[in-house]
Amino acid sequence: MVLLRLMFEFAKTGLFSVGGGLATLPFLYEISDKTGWFSHADIADMIAVSESTPGAIGINMSTYAGFTTSGILGGVLASLALAFPSVVIILIIAKFLEKYRQNKLVDGAFYGLRAASIAMISAAGINVAKVALINLSAYQLTGNLMDLFNIKAIILGILIFIGQKKLKWSPVIFIALSAVVGILLKF
Amino acid sequence: MNQLLDLYWTFLKIGCVTFGGGYAMLPILERELVTKRQWTTMDDLRDYFSIGQCTPGIISLNVSTFIGQKRCGVKGAIAATVGFLTGPIIIILIIASFLKNFATLEIVQHAFAGIRVCVCVLILQAVLRLWKKSVIDPFTLALYLIIFALNALSGVLPFKIPAAVLVICAGIIGIIASEIKNRKGQSSAKGGEA
Repeated sequence: MVLLRLMFEFAKTGLFSVGGGLATLPFLYEISDKTGWFSHADIADMIAVSESTPGAIGINMSTYAGFTTSGILGGVLASLALAFPSVVIILIIAKFLEKYRQNKLVDGAFYGLRAASIAMISAAGINVAKVALINLSAYQLTGNLMDLFNIKAIILGILIFIGQKKLKWSPVIFIALSAVVGILLKF
Repeated sequence: MNQLLDLYWTFLKIGCVTFGGGYAMLPILERELVTKRQWTTMDDLRDYFSIGQCTPGIISLNVSTFIGQKRCGVKGAIAATVGFLTGPIIIILIIASFLKNFATLEIVQHAFAGIRVCVCVLILQAVLRLWKKSVIDPFTLALYLIIFALNALSGVLPFKIPAAVLVICAGIIGIIASEIKNRKGQSSAKGGEA
């Protein structure tokens, strides 16, 4: 019974949250209030965990809630339930897209969508950069402009940028290397 | 069957290294799917992202479903999506069982501070590569600047427009603008004949 309820609640979250992973948050708070499967503090913790693991917050929270209420099977089923509605919707859209790719309206829509898409990617980059490269709290504390920029991080960033251009390694290698540098130099 | 396993395995790997949200996976997808395997093109990827942004569900999952579908139909879509989910599920199961204070561990915080630097460089490079084909004229440049500003300043502005609404508006504006451009093109062509 709990399993069914888990799957239902997380399928609903998957169906109604539109946009990035954080769009699932309002639904997660609602589930927390309604079911008590996890607390608001658990959600806050899971945001931190999601920032330091590969998964999106919605997937992670569904796994966590499923696991704490019904063990490993619960964790797996709750996550699959979260993914289910969007898989169905994307399958329908993909079929539609194949058929109408040459349509003038679809073409026109993509003319605008492409600019929007890259604008959102840029904004996502800026949001990460704000945390990764800039140290606002240190600047507010000292008022020294040098403290505003996280010099170590900026140097690492430039090195990665050049390294990517010259070496053509997989981004995964650069991600792993930056983690090691972060640990060694105490970023 | 082998193709499905290949899809599953590829997305399992991608799911394990997608730190920092859906857009951070773009450079990894480009490397794994466009350069190495030629399963899709960078243009298609960008389109999947814009659709994934305004349909329900998590963007990275939506993109996985799209690519799986393109490669092997419904079965492929499921293989790619479940593959993408596998890593995060296992990681959370481990954390929930053993590592209660995982995110507050000092070593994890340092590692992630390093990873974040890498993620913003990767995103920057993806933007630079996509720019030429997406921002092609004054209209798309204006649209880019407006949506970028609304997104980047969303913490400062007194109101917040959901990303999905922005994407849908951009689609509608795109239809209208390309219609106007076509009409202009036609009338100037006629003017040329006369």
